[in-house]
Amino acid sequence: MGQLVADKHVRYILMAEKKKESFESVVMDHLRMNGAYWGLTTLDLLDKLGCVSEDEVVSWLMTCQHESGGFAGNTGHDPHILYTLSAVQILALFDKINILDIGKVSSYVAKLQNEDGSFSGDMWGEIDTRFSYIAICCLSILKCLDKINVEKAVEYIVSCKNLDGGFGCTPGAESHAGQIFCCVGALAITGSLHHVDKDLLGWWLCERQLKGGGLNGRPEKLADVCYSWWVLSSLIMIDRVHWIDKAKLVKFILDCQDLENGGISDRPDDAVDIFHTYFGVAGLSLLEYPGVKVIDPAYALPVDVVNRIIFTK
Amino acid sequence: MHGRPRKASKPEEEAASAAKAVKLRSLQSQFMTNHHDKIYTKEAIELSTKLLEINPEAYTAWNYRKLAVEDTLSRIESDPNLVNSIFDEELRVVENALRQNFKSYGAWHHRKWVLSKGHSSIGNELKLLDKFQRLDSRNFHAWNYRRFVVELTKRSEQDELQYTDDMINNNFSNYSAWHNRSVLLSSLLAQNADGFMPNEKIPDEYDFVHSAIFTDPDDQSGWFYHLWLLDQTLNVETPLLTSAWPSHGSTIILSGAGCLNSSSSKFTTFCSESGSFPLILYSDQAVGGVSSSTVTIDSELKGNEDLVWEPISNKNSQVSCVWVTHLKYVSSDPCEYKVKIRVGNSPGIISSRGYNFSAPYEFVFTAHVHDTVEDSQEGIVSWTDGFDIWDAKSKDLKSLVTLDRLEAEIDFEWRQEAIDSEVECFGILADSKIGKLTLARLLMAREVMVSDDAVKGVRYEEILQLYNELMALDSSHYQYYKDEHSVAFLHKVTSSSESLSRHLFRYRGMNNLVCLRLNNLSLSRIASVKKLLFVQMLDLSHNELHSTEGLEAMQLLCCLNLSHNRIRSFSALDSLRHVKQLKVLDVSHNHIGKHSVDTTRYLCSSPLSNSEWSQDGVGRQNPGLVTKYWDAYFVLRDLNLKQLDIAGNEISGDEFSSFVLQVVPKLVWLDGQKLGN
Repeated sequence: MGQLVADKHVRYILMAEKKKESFESVVMDHLRMNGAYWGLTTLDLLDKLGCVSEDEVVSWLMTCQHESGGFAGNTGHDPHILYTLSAVQILALFDKINILDIGKVSSYVAKLQNEDGSFSGDMWGEIDTRFSYIAICCLSILKCLDKINVEKAVEYIVSCKNLDGGFGCTPGAESHAGQIFCCVGALAITGSLHHVDKDLLGWWLCERQLKGGGLNGRPEKLADVCYSWWVLSSLIMIDRVHWIDKAKLVKFILDCQDLENGGISDRPDDAVDIFHTYFGVAGLSLLEYPGVKVIDPAYALPVDVVNRIIFTK
Repeated sequence: MHGRPRKASKPEEEAASAAKAVKLRSLQSQFMTNHHDKIYTKEAIELSTKLLEINPEAYTAWNYRKLAVEDTLSRIESDPNLVNSIFDEELRVVENALRQNFKSYGAWHHRKWVLSKGHSSIGNELKLLDKFQRLDSRNFHAWNYRRFVVELTKRSEQDELQYTDDMINNNFSNYSAWHNRSVLLSSLLAQNADGFMPNEKIPDEYDFVHSAIFTDPDDQSGWFYHLWLLDQTLNVETPLLTSAWPSHGSTIILSGAGCLNSSSSKFTTFCSESGSFPLILYSDQAVGGVSSSTVTIDSELKGNEDLVWEPISNKNSQVSCVWVTHLKYVSSDPCEYKVKIRVGNSPGIISSRGYNFSAPYEFVFTAHVHDTVEDSQEGIVSWTDGFDIWDAKSKDLKSLVTLDRLEAEIDFEWRQEAIDSEVECFGILADSKIGKLTLARLLMAREVMVSDDAVKGVRYEEILQLYNELMALDSSHYQYYKDEHSVAFLHKVTSSSESLSRHLFRYRGMNNLVCLRLNNLSLSRIASVKKLLFVQMLDLSHNELHSTEGLEAMQLLCCLNLSHNRIRSFSALDSLRHVKQLKVLDVSHNHIGKHSVDTTRYLCSSPLSNSEWSQDGVGRQNPGLVTKYWDAYFVLRDLNLKQLDIAGNEISGDEFSSFVLQVVPKLVWLDGQKLGN
């Protein structure tokens, strides 16, 4: 079996940051905040966060904050809860949460909660359990969960539970591994995992593993490295991760590496990107791959970062 | 990049990409200027159209268009034609964007936004969707949008159910359609809609899903739907009481702490320093509302007027299968008492799904209160010596394990018939994984339903064999089948008093405690706990357990041996925090501290799962150690242990032992050593 070419991935991430002139990177311009979170977390998991200039990242990050308190995907774009979480997570990596006006950021997030407990992504009202997770995760990192109605938020998430044990983006919507991560993660952080039917959901999730070892995100779909994160983290949070074959999954992820230029792709021999590089490395972390720091399955941050936040009064 | 082959790009491709990038960047920066300056001229809006055609994911451009629409609407007179033409243009832009990227969240939301404004073209939406859904029948954005349109147009659930029929008949391998069918059908069944009575509709649905499973047993599209149908078949809506302790007709001996002068080996003896004993109710589904008004207790035991009932569950939950209260007694006052319990006399016990407890249920037991003659001793509890075997013929056992499942007035007939006919069908598929698995599940379901003792338990061997075959056939999911095997095995052990008595002992050391030995059975999971509520001492050593999930119901448990298992962390012992009697715990020779990933990190009540945290002296003095050993800290400080064994774990060592002693100052024995005061 191949090995993790960690050094090459580090170089790939550092290079990707500088390569802004390709069409692909312009198309991704609006979610640079997510990209920064994926890249920086990967670096931290590989113990190479020191390779980037913290000051440079943080000063750019602060240019993305809107007067409402929310963060945009990049300078000049509109604020959205999606990028607000990434910004907070990046600051958590650097132990720099305190430079934020925490009251303002948490108010931005809290105001997005609707009457029924759900969350909108921004002022335009798109509702999705992804945003429930983001709000809960973000406010928990900021220690401001008391600013929202947690009980209602949980109730809404539970209303999105399906008869296969999974969760969708709104009530009645089909289960999807990414969405399941969001709902299970939000329930984990709020101490509400008793709402999950662990055996039913666990079976659905473990059946995401295909013959080749990789995981898909829904029945009868192709395997994709990103589900190594969504499925694995969910299985870990409900204590059913032993139901899949970990060695086969490690092999699948390693086979998706670009051994020459670094980076990880969705499937073997596809083009790499920073999103899959992060999910591949995070997946290996959850599989206890040697040399990779442990990542927390709910907060999607290294465990040492999460423990520092949670256990510090 | 999803689905794009990895290849080094040729120089001419790179040049083309760079040229496209320059164009897009210039569009983007012009757009941003317009957006920031709030320019909503025709030209400016067209520029955003161009940008979204190239990049439908540019979410700020969708926001800009909404602002532009609002701005235009505020300036024009309410000319319906003009308004509609504005909306039509938005829908056209969305349609083009979706052709570019069918998964664009921003585009789909923009469409919803336009329609929510009351645009009249809603009738066209289903036609458009039909076209899209033919191209990609699994696109969940399209399905979500479909549900949105259906709700807006008040299209009937029956019509939508017919749509799933058509989709499935066209191609059975469509999980999205099966999912939507389960949503619609469960709603129609819950309403008891015409033609949707469970006893008629569910058997039809079994036939329908066979068309998928039997066409291609490896295709998962119908698997989960079948499991859901099985659940619907078994699911009796009203909650039932399935077991209780003390059980009906039993006799228990109560005393204070210490030794009895002549402890009987016939009855369960319960000693308590606090002078109270647990009363446990176990129902087949999680219920709420158990209280002194819904459960009445008739006895001469004094001081039990306003009993507090507690759900044995996560702190944030007010529902549970297991409820417990503590009845007081005075041990210096030897006497015999009859205790009569009536459950559900007045309404208020309600399942988490909203159904009322079916019918009142009554049970009676006798409590002998004895005096103690000796002081309590704090000797070490041994797991090797001092055990007497159980008299298998003793009638006493019967009263310990008798279960009274109320026969609710629910027609079991169609349910049994449906399962029998499924068993027959899946017999044909027994070569395939899903065939074996479904058969095993059906047979387990059959066992649960059978109430006739004569035929109970006859098919456990078959079930165990099926799981053995599955472990060999589908090794990737080996551990799933292994866990199911353990569950079936424990069902088998507890299915009759004869099989259970082979594992039962009396421990002489502590007033003839009832000891259950389930050691060395390669169990990977605990099950059937509702039949084991009477157990006081439990030996689960030399198994493959990684968690104590399920043991929380065993409220009488005072000694537990988990040595030589696969426990990975103290958080995996979280359920034991509910077991207030637990004094002796052996978790030596496990995997605590060996793994970096903790799979019960969020199943354990701690600050990580938003639990209030009041810092005690230990926490204040050793913040570093609390962060390092947080799970040991939060779990152990809630237990009342006197004897603990942790040797043979990676975590073991002087630092950890001294930390444990600070967290559990009342500990008397640690790793076989008596602790000095």
